[in-house]
Amino acid sequence: MKSLSIGKVLNGLGLILVVAIFALPFVWMISTSFKTLGETLTFPPKWIPEQFVWENFSKAWNSGPFLHYFFNSLVVSIAILILQFLTIIPAAYAFARYQFRGSKFFFALTMVTLMIPAQLIFLPVYLQMSSWGLLDTLWSLILPFASSAFGIFMLRQSFMQVPEELLEAARLDEASEWKIIFRIMIPMAKPVLITFALFSFITHWNDYFWPLVMTTSDASRTLPIGISQLREVEGGIAWNVLMAGNMILVIPILIVFFFAQRQIIRAFIYTGVK
Amino acid sequence: MVMNKIRPYIMIAPAITVFCLFFIYPIGYMIYLSMHDWNFVSPEKTFVGGSNFKTLFSEREFIEVMENTFTYTTLTVSLTISISLLLALWLNRQGALYGMIQGAIFSPHIISLVSVSMLWMWLMDTDYGLLNWFLNLFGISNVPWLTDPSTSLLSLVIVAVWKGIGFNTLIFIAGLQSIPRDIYEAAELDESSKVRTFFKLTLPMLSPTLFFLTVISLIGSFQVFETISIMTKGGPINSTNTFVYYIYENGFRFFKIGYASAAGVLLLIIVSLLTIVYFRILSRKVHYR
Repeated sequence: MKSLSIGKVLNGLGLILVVAIFALPFVWMISTSFKTLGETLTFPPKWIPEQFVWENFSKAWNSGPFLHYFFNSLVVSIAILILQFLTIIPAAYAFARYQFRGSKFFFALTMVTLMIPAQLIFLPVYLQMSSWGLLDTLWSLILPFASSAFGIFMLRQSFMQVPEELLEAARLDEASEWKIIFRIMIPMAKPVLITFALFSFITHWNDYFWPLVMTTSDASRTLPIGISQLREVEGGIAWNVLMAGNMILVIPILIVFFFAQRQIIRAFIYTGVK
Repeated sequence: MVMNKIRPYIMIAPAITVFCLFFIYPIGYMIYLSMHDWNFVSPEKTFVGGSNFKTLFSEREFIEVMENTFTYTTLTVSLTISISLLLALWLNRQGALYGMIQGAIFSPHIISLVSVSMLWMWLMDTDYGLLNWFLNLFGISNVPWLTDPSTSLLSLVIVAVWKGIGFNTLIFIAGLQSIPRDIYEAAELDESSKVRTFFKLTLPMLSPTLFFLTVISLIGSFQVFETISIMTKGGPINSTNTFVYYIYENGFRFFKIGYASAAGVLLLIIVSLLTIVYFRILSRKVHYR
């Protein structure tokens, strides 16, 4: 009986330690973002600021065209999502439901792109964009991600589970293929579509690498780039302003995560389970 | 009727076009560039055959970059995988409390690497960082995490492990939950010890997950860029310069397009080999069953 309770106490302490390792850095970020510059340099550090300096947020926000960055991020993430839906839904339907010559080849080609991350091919794509005159435009951030091999793979799995009788009945009613997609397939695959949408949006909202490579002017920069440049603006020591700026990037995602934790986790671990 | 025959092709055409334009064609273009000398500005690309590759392996800096990438990858993957596996065995329980804890360890995974990098720069600040304050409590004096070549790469590993653990743990948990319960009941009847059950039963059943995570972590770590670009810029003294950052610098700062492409082709070969090995072993496993 006694050893059991010691085990429980140890288990509890361990759990607290684990949560602390992952939560405390965020708490520290929030705490720093409200401090005065002087207070960030006190040692030992204070967890709760003496007075809450809301000014840090306006300082960060006004140090560059952040409304514009924010808008660009939103446009890019949403445009990518819309284009991805337009390209992956018909493709997934064709791969799931049609037998056609070359289907295996084209599906293999799709899967190959799943293995090629942006970090491998940014140089040639940059040169391509440059020759098309699309460098430093939002197009260069959107077009390469206008489709998603991962999305096609995920959606194809779910389209294959729709019973064939349902489609045959619809075809007897002379429903067109597009109508079948919209009336039967999409409603049946709704959870998968939502899961994919969350995954795609968060990925591109957070993306730093691609806009860093493709953009050079404020007009086409996104929020992560703007935030990463805060440092240079503020000289690298104003940690309170830096953390306030990062809060602008992190808080929307954490709020979404709070409300849709299950779906988001499912979206991100999907690749690992299937 | 003709329509029925071409319809699937119309349906896949937009997606396939995107893949060809932005994934397949660039790979061919990169291979072509790797055999040329070009500074991006001049109109001519001079054919140089394999000499870019030769130069790569004769550059001391590139050998260092390979070593850094290798060390970083080995440390990151082994630490992430082993810690995640232990956490998964521990946290694989039902209930709201464990759900919340799983959520907490997963949260760094959905935060932008920009914020993760800047937050850790602050935590690892030599004089005022929280990490050194914490170590001070145990009598350890201030560590110059990011500014000393002997600790800089390790610091990046710490950040990667912190960010990656949640994702890996949750996939391990999903893998654990897919192991049929009745197998364990049999083990219990045999009065097999916990450690024995783990090595004889859990680990073999979990091996596909373990294998999958190892391969994708290897591929991911090989391409580390963001933390380096924000936290260290490859320094101090080249100590954190890794593969993708090297390609980026040579391409965009020094305009050695052919040379950078050659490094890119080399990285592509490494990633492809890892992927092929993965699928080979995977298909053999399925075959044996």
